[in-house]
Amino acid sequence: MKILAIETSTEACSAALFIGDECHTRFELAPRQHTSIILSQIKLLLADAGLNFKQLDAVAFGCGPGAFTGLRIATGVTQGIAYGADLPVIPVSSLAALAQGAFRCHQVESMLVAQDARMSEVYWACYQIKDKKASLIGEESLGKPTAIQPYFDCAWAGVGSGWCEYQAVMLAQVATPEQGCFTELYPVAQDIAYLAKSYYLRGEVCLAEAAAPTYLRNQIVQNR
Amino acid sequence: MRVLGIETSCDETGLGIYDTAHGLMAHALFSQVEIHQPYGGVVPELASRDHVRRILPLIKKVMAESGSSCDDLGGIAYTAGPGLVGALLVGAAVGSSLAMTWDVPALGVHHMEGHLLAPMLEASPPRFPFLALLVSGGHTLLVAVQGVGRYQILGESIDDAAGEAFDKTAKMLGLTYPGGPALAKLAEQGDAQRFHFPRPMTTRPGLDFSFSGLKTFARTTWAEHAPDEQSKADIARAFEDAVIDTLAIKCKRAMKQSGLKDLVIAGGVSANRALRGRLQSLVDKEGGRLFCPRAEFCTDNGAMIAYAGWCRMLHEGKKQTAFAVQARWSIESLQPV
Repeated sequence: MKILAIETSTEACSAALFIGDECHTRFELAPRQHTSIILSQIKLLLADAGLNFKQLDAVAFGCGPGAFTGLRIATGVTQGIAYGADLPVIPVSSLAALAQGAFRCHQVESMLVAQDARMSEVYWACYQIKDKKASLIGEESLGKPTAIQPYFDCAWAGVGSGWCEYQAVMLAQVATPEQGCFTELYPVAQDIAYLAKSYYLRGEVCLAEAAAPTYLRNQIVQNR
Repeated sequence: MRVLGIETSCDETGLGIYDTAHGLMAHALFSQVEIHQPYGGVVPELASRDHVRRILPLIKKVMAESGSSCDDLGGIAYTAGPGLVGALLVGAAVGSSLAMTWDVPALGVHHMEGHLLAPMLEASPPRFPFLALLVSGGHTLLVAVQGVGRYQILGESIDDAAGEAFDKTAKMLGLTYPGGPALAKLAEQGDAQRFHFPRPMTTRPGLDFSFSGLKTFARTTWAEHAPDEQSKADIARAFEDAVIDTLAIKCKRAMKQSGLKDLVIAGGVSANRALRGRLQSLVDKEGGRLFCPRAEFCTDNGAMIAYAGWCRMLHEGKKQTAFAVQARWSIESLQPV
């Protein structure tokens, strides 16, 4: 199975190519530079593997929640490739990718993922590792840092930039992650690709034109 | 060569396909007017979100209508500015990645160059050189056009664009968004003699425009008179007359100054019939000709981007591994082809 994955929902810009059990990745921390990087990352991965777009099985993308512009870059690039090469699309949550990355790097298995959403809010969700894959408990939400809830009956970790930005208030008013906070992680394409593989096998794919960002924040215009 | 054009600079998702042998083969548009109507203006984030939903179905539509497959395409052009950055990025991302996948060149096109060249899609197109008046909700420009990419700005608005002044005045009079066309319709019922609005910046030399004062003048007049339907129509009429007169005075001046007799008008406001009539009689008197795009290509559309992209890609098409958009971008900085 060959899956191309991209993730641009934060300052990090990455692409990954999963071939069988091997994953090749390109990663760059490049705020506001995604448009000048992502296509060449993709092109280099394919060239190094000696593949063309038609030989892929699917395209996966980090669909958010995250920075709106970044989400639309990932969605647009994915739509172009998927339509152009007639491939199915696998949307993967950027919060799930973050949880998967925390498991891969720090071996934590129960996580409350909270990403800074600006405007004094966080995108948050609880994830637990099942069969080596990040699995959602409850749902993904947007809310005040004090609104987060750890749905765990075991020790857990805090993951994501929200635990850096709002650590004091979250620790004081919610709960203490016994396994610590991992705030320096970014959602990356490698983890998008890894999760996408299992989604693909379960048939959780969509058409190119149905690929859409998960914004969570839908109150765009202030009430007048 | 066949070029797919993508326009997403504001609140319309537009697609077009232009071909050397067949000319304009297909075009399709989705207008977001209803999405922005409740807010009385374009909400950029909502515009960006909707482009994401519309763009692929419209690409599929023009590909099918033109009977094109990926092997037929020689390049993909997308509007790279000026415009709303978030909205522009949707077209740029999809266009660039599709071009990469199909292994064809991609090119970022200047939105106003698209408008300026739109009359070339008509049966009797203008020939270079000509004078162009670009009037829309975002721009008011007088440009001397020597060829593709050879543009000299003779005058532009120092504040509101003409279309913006139309929309804002219409909003003030309680007309629904987008108010420009509604205001023009209302003006037909108005008495041209009742009010006289100033013709801004016409009593001193120069080709620049200013329309924000007219909007204020309309508000003051509206406040001073009985708020009945006739007053509303009379103000609409006086406002429209003032804008059209001002545009015509500057066009005449620009024709004299540049020696160019043929006039091209493009942009949303160029659909205004009274403006077209006035400029037609101007060029008739001056011994030139007037060229306008058909009504559907006056406003934002993908056909003009396909055409402008085609003009440039005949000379400068390159395969790209990056894309970029710009909110502001001077038309004078473009390279000649």
